[in-house]
Amino acid sequence: MTNTKSVTPKIRMTDVCKAFGKKKVLNHLNLDVYPGESLVVIGGSGTGKSVTIKCILGLLEPEAGQIEIDGKNVLELSGKERSETMAQFGMLFQNAALFDSLSVWENVAFSLLQNQHMSRSEARKIAIKKLAQVGLKSDVADVYPADLSGGMRKRVGLARAIATNPAVIFFDEPTTGLDPIMSDVINDLIKDTVKNLGATALTITHDMNSARKIADRIAMLYEGKIIWVGTVDELDKTYNPYVRQFVAGSAKGPIQMEVKVEK
Amino acid sequence: MQLDLSFIDKLGRVVLNFFRATGRLGIFCGQTVYHCVTPPFYLKAVLAQMIEIGFYSLPVVALTTLFSGMVIALQTYEAVSQFSAEGAVAMVVRVAVIRELAPVMAGLMVAGRIGAAMAAEIGTMRVTEQIDALSTLSTNPFKYLIAPRVLAGIVMLPILVLIGDVIGICGGYMIGVYKLDFNATTYLTNTWDYLKPMDIISSMTKAGVFGFIITLLGCYNGFQSQGGAQGVGRATTNAVVSSSILILIFNYILTEMLFNA
Repeated sequence: MTNTKSVTPKIRMTDVCKAFGKKKVLNHLNLDVYPGESLVVIGGSGTGKSVTIKCILGLLEPEAGQIEIDGKNVLELSGKERSETMAQFGMLFQNAALFDSLSVWENVAFSLLQNQHMSRSEARKIAIKKLAQVGLKSDVADVYPADLSGGMRKRVGLARAIATNPAVIFFDEPTTGLDPIMSDVINDLIKDTVKNLGATALTITHDMNSARKIADRIAMLYEGKIIWVGTVDELDKTYNPYVRQFVAGSAKGPIQMEVKVEK
Repeated sequence: MQLDLSFIDKLGRVVLNFFRATGRLGIFCGQTVYHCVTPPFYLKAVLAQMIEIGFYSLPVVALTTLFSGMVIALQTYEAVSQFSAEGAVAMVVRVAVIRELAPVMAGLMVAGRIGAAMAAEIGTMRVTEQIDALSTLSTNPFKYLIAPRVLAGIVMLPILVLIGDVIGICGGYMIGVYKLDFNATTYLTNTWDYLKPMDIISSMTKAGVFGFIITLLGCYNGFQSQGGAQGVGRATTNAVVSSSILILIFNYILTEMLFNA
């Protein structure tokens, strides 16, 4: 892990605000992700974890604040400059978000074919290599996503995310919907691929086993703000009542789940 | 006495929602046109959509225009035979089929088949985050998904309608010659000799506009869909209903512009 004090953050979010109607999802959110580190953002459902990633990726526009990538505020960049900045990102979606109409290898090689205009034979070779990196054999290359299990779809999604050797990889709930063993396999894959690529990783999850395994640092998001940041060791020693309640998975504590009751 | 303002409140919301939706569609339309005319172009995607829209819609368009031409021939004969003007049947079939029936029937059929499919496909891609995935793979969804469909619609609808024109006239010919015992040569002469370039121009213009409307609204409704399967279902219904209504409205507007201006 990089010395966080002395380097420019790979990603810096400063006072980022995002609301949907009257609901403020991100409320002056501040977050730094340093080069080469794996930061995991934890938090309950609906606290704005996915919105945070979508703002960084440019899928959502925040109403206020700055998002800097390598020190440049991406919200002020022109379309082309922003696209070039975004090209260094890879993303593993919660349900993999594979393209149904394309085969597995075409999914993995999508960016190589469409943006790098690589020949199909060469792109296929790279796709099969990437599939091997996530533990899938070449015989799945011509299968369509609908024929894959949840764990295999996640692996293909991971292969697609690393196909262009991105500098930053985002993981949106990487273990949601998987059994504990497959979750551990995916966690190991994420850890290994991030390490091998030397990439920066930002993961959002509410799976504490996953967070402990993947993270160099953990940040907790609550009510649109980062309320705690620390290492995995510090997580177990903190006296922050919100973090303690979340880690313990207890219904009792300062975090109250919104439950609407019809009257 | 206390005034009940809830009606005004509801009316205001309806008006605001209407303008919001119109504005959103206008922006979507502008973005679509921009991405249709600026590179990069995904030619393989355009070709795939041309086959989907043109080739696979051909049977349904052929059947509807064939029977429309046949019905028009029968009804016209029924009406004009009272005035001993049977010779007008071929001309009426030509005008009705080429100017109105082929473009409108093909438009409505393609709206039902292609508009619904586009809304469902793009809507599913939206709710399963495939459109977000496209963006993260540095691919503009407008260029990759929307522009190829709209371009294919604008190109293929006129071709479909041209074929529909011929088949519709053949339908009229079959009724005229084999059922009503018209002379085949006279029927064809009456059709061909009175055929005006404006007939074909209006038919093609309408088809191009309808192709744009169908694909734009199919893509727009799919792109805006949210809320899972129910949202996709709603998008599909909206795509078919809105494009069908707009086809009929624009058919009138274009007829006014092309023939009465």
